[in-house]
Amino acid sequence: MNPFSSGTRLRDMIRAIRSCKTAAEERAVVRKECAAIRAAISENDQDYRHRNLAKLMFIHMLGYPTHFGQMECLKLIASSGFPEKRIGYLALMLLLDERQEVLMLVTNSLKQDLNHSNQYIIGLALCALGNICSAEMARDLAPEVERLLQFRDPNIRKKAALCSIRIIKKVPDLAENFINPAASLLREKHHGVLITAVQLCTDLCKVSSEALEYFREKCTEGLVKTLKDMANSSYSPEYDVAGITDPFLHIRLLKLLRILGQGDPDASDCMNDILAQVATKIESNKNAGNAILYECVGTIMSIEDNGGLRVLAINILGRFLSNRDNNIRYVALNMLMKAMTVDAQAVQRHRATILECVKDSDASIRKKALDLVYLLVNESNVKPLTKELIGYLEASDQEFKGVLTDKICSLVEKFSPEKIWYIDQMLKVLSEAGSFVKDEVWHALIVVISNASDLHGYSVRALYRASQTTTEQESLVRVAVWCIGEYGDILVNNVGMLDIEEPITVTESDAVDAVEVAIKRHTSDLTTKAMALIALLKLSSRFPSCSARIKDIILQNKQSFVLELQQRSIEFNCILQKHQNVRAALVERMPVLDEATFSGRRAGSLPTSVSTSTGTAHNIPNGIAKPAAAPVADLLDLSSDDAPAPSSSGGDFLQDLLGVDLSTASAPPSASQPPKGGTDVLLDLLSIGTSPPAQSSSSASDILSSIQDNTASLANLNGLTSLSPLSANGNSPASPAPVMDLLDGFGPSPQKNEENGPAYPSLVAYESSSLRMSFNFSKQPGNPQTTLIQATFTNLSPNVYNDFLFQAAVPKFLQLHLDPASSNTLPANGSISQSMKVTNSQHGKKSLVMRIRIAYKMNGKEVLEEGQVNNFPRDL
Amino acid sequence: MANAFDSTLLFMQSLHHKGHSLYEIQVIRELSGLILTRGPKLCNFVDWRGLRVVYKRYASLYFCMCIDQDDNELEILEIIHHYVEVLDRYFGSVCELDLIYNFHKAYFILDELLLAGELQESSKKTVARLVAGQDSLVETAKEQASAISNIIAHATKKVMNPLAIAF
Repeated sequence: MNPFSSGTRLRDMIRAIRSCKTAAEERAVVRKECAAIRAAISENDQDYRHRNLAKLMFIHMLGYPTHFGQMECLKLIASSGFPEKRIGYLALMLLLDERQEVLMLVTNSLKQDLNHSNQYIIGLALCALGNICSAEMARDLAPEVERLLQFRDPNIRKKAALCSIRIIKKVPDLAENFINPAASLLREKHHGVLITAVQLCTDLCKVSSEALEYFREKCTEGLVKTLKDMANSSYSPEYDVAGITDPFLHIRLLKLLRILGQGDPDASDCMNDILAQVATKIESNKNAGNAILYECVGTIMSIEDNGGLRVLAINILGRFLSNRDNNIRYVALNMLMKAMTVDAQAVQRHRATILECVKDSDASIRKKALDLVYLLVNESNVKPLTKELIGYLEASDQEFKGVLTDKICSLVEKFSPEKIWYIDQMLKVLSEAGSFVKDEVWHALIVVISNASDLHGYSVRALYRASQTTTEQESLVRVAVWCIGEYGDILVNNVGMLDIEEPITVTESDAVDAVEVAIKRHTSDLTTKAMALIALLKLSSRFPSCSARIKDIILQNKQSFVLELQQRSIEFNCILQKHQNVRAALVERMPVLDEATFSGRRAGSLPTSVSTSTGTAHNIPNGIAKPAAAPVADLLDLSSDDAPAPSSSGGDFLQDLLGVDLSTASAPPSASQPPKGGTDVLLDLLSIGTSPPAQSSSSASDILSSIQDNTASLANLNGLTSLSPLSANGNSPASPAPVMDLLDGFGPSPQKNEENGPAYPSLVAYESSSLRMSFNFSKQPGNPQTTLIQATFTNLSPNVYNDFLFQAAVPKFLQLHLDPASSNTLPANGSISQSMKVTNSQHGKKSLVMRIRIAYKMNGKEVLEEGQVNNFPRDL
Repeated sequence: MANAFDSTLLFMQSLHHKGHSLYEIQVIRELSGLILTRGPKLCNFVDWRGLRVVYKRYASLYFCMCIDQDDNELEILEIIHHYVEVLDRYFGSVCELDLIYNFHKAYFILDELLLAGELQESSKKTVARLVAGQDSLVETAKEQASAISNIIAHATKKVMNPLAIAF
């Protein structure tokens, strides 16, 4: 009858599984065992229940499903014997987790076992509760655990203390019940109890400010004394680790002191002496000692300022940093990162050593060091540090290159002292690690180059040179191709030569060569090829001598398998052949790209009013005042000032409409006819086929103005997005009609969509004494993730608000696109509106949440209002 | 060959502590790939999916623990060592096979050492004593069971065919 005497024993099963040579064999063995266990379960076999469950645990660890054994756990736990309970609780912890409803059934058994006469059984129950308890169980069983904090056996007290941590983490409301018992545990001598009690107090302080106050007042001195006794205690073999008595307790005490001292000068003062003692006395030749020192430094850095101690701590970190042990260096970097907020100057002193760590052979250390260097950079040291980092880019391995490139780009953008330096550094990064450069980064570079009119020549020559030596870096090629297209004439004529440059001679056909290489390279992707195609079109007008050759290259793409390229090639060919009269105007150089708009886009929102917020003159080339209908305005702007619109912005659908990725945007507006410049892209589309350019441009602007009239901008967006697929298929040169259909479609679609939108109640999202913000919601049909929000701001005061700016931030699972407000001036008792689009990637799981900030000027005084909107309807 | 098996052991608790354990197997696979490729002299910490993992190697076994951002990495190494010392004392120079065949015992010991992801006892002696106490309780229960079955066997022997008893 001995349960371990017949059938396959646990040991035999493990042996059988281990002797399997293939995964299939293993599966077969496991399947057989599982079948036997299921049979035993259905027969309600009692003798072997705990052995079966032990087997199931092993099977579970191998990754096979074992849910059918869950009820067996409960049966074992409910049985009376200790061996059964022991296996039962272990299986409960392994096979189940707190999300399973079965767990609710175990509450009762747990309650009984917590009141059991056998202390080992109480221990088992506490252990299980501490590892898997859910919020409901925490509420039900908290009184039992609280009582056990005073149990006679210290081993139960310590388990109860840790169990309490889980309970208060699950249900922070229960914290106050545990404050007093926890404080009394702090007076114990038993190390296990003391460790757990200190831990419990630490966690209580984290969830309850009341507890923090209480412990700070009542226990700080006691804890300091305990730590002092610990530090001065003589050798005790039971707790000794590498010559130090109980480092675990040391560390926990230091951690609790840190929380108590933070933000409280008196408490901090009280612990100064002992911290100094620990920091100087503990030996640092063993890991245990270093662990204590590390914790001690953390505490010194967090508590209220004491100059002397800080110096001591930074010195310890300096010693750590030069340690040969990688672990020590890692934690030193980690702590220096935290110290940055406290004493950046002291950390700067270790800059050279930290920079060395970026080149370490250990990936963990490299990453930490890079994070730290990133924090260290400021205006004064950006040049040497960037030089170091870029120099290191060559040597670093592929995996690290991505991270490093990101950081360098971000640093260069953030701190660049002058444009030429920025362009130089970006060029170096592009040539070294172009494939790791994110799209928005090289977009930004183009914007900067476009804005620096005195550097056009320098940039295009440098890029040309770089693209001659490096051809495998995609984004370098893209930027080079764009610049050659735009500034080809400058390149050839060596205009705007700077003193530092070496003169180069580039002929017209050299420049065309460079673009041709890019378009013919088999590794080039669609974006690069499309950009090259446009560059060629531009060059055809800049270099009349190469015109025929360019036409040939463009024609070669007529056979491209990629629809976009094929289509563009035919269109451009058409322009070259039939529309010589408009070509020059079409391929004019792009007007300066607007930096503010671009950076606003990058941040995920458009500044409400570009011209006022930056002070730079911002001309709207197509003469259309920026309406609330921003998505449409996007369309109009795109060709003029938004060429490199990042793909995350509202420009997406335009790319659909226009066909070629982002790069299409570089289709030029005509400077000679500024009022119609913005329509050129459409003109491009329309010029294919029969309509003469003049007529089509007017018809396009008719349509556009009709859109603009319609202030229901969001509905327009619907119209556009739903229609855009049409454009991809429809506007092939053979059938111009669908193109017109597409445009005709703008008219009726808005109303329709407005009617279709599901109804959500509008809400007052924010209200203060001076301002009210209300939201109206609508959805696009067929796209439940995206919510269109129409925000209305109402001025509740008798004053006029100027420079009104609304900003919003959302958590990562949301994507926010903010359109410009209808006006940046909010008249007294008047209102303005602004629309935004929120895409919820966790639609149905999480509801929307938004943090908002509203800035405006009232009577010349700046006012800032902030708030959080939590009351969105749940199903948005 | 390095074996990620034992990382399972320590993983369970730390993951329970963090409240997500559904992807255990996937987690272990991904992590062991990450950790096993690291050379011997490198530091024992890796950042992984926003978590920090501390690992320590003993012969072919890796012990891993997933920790919070404000946990003390060096101390975690001590805790792992603490656990290994207790295992060593319990099994008498522990080896991988001991842990595989007695995985439940390794868990029982771990449950005396850690609870809710926190250390509960810094004395190896106390842990050993508590585990031994529970083991002896199991032994007693087993003996009782076999004693009873012996009595039953004696009682039935007189009246029944010996073959039936063997069955």
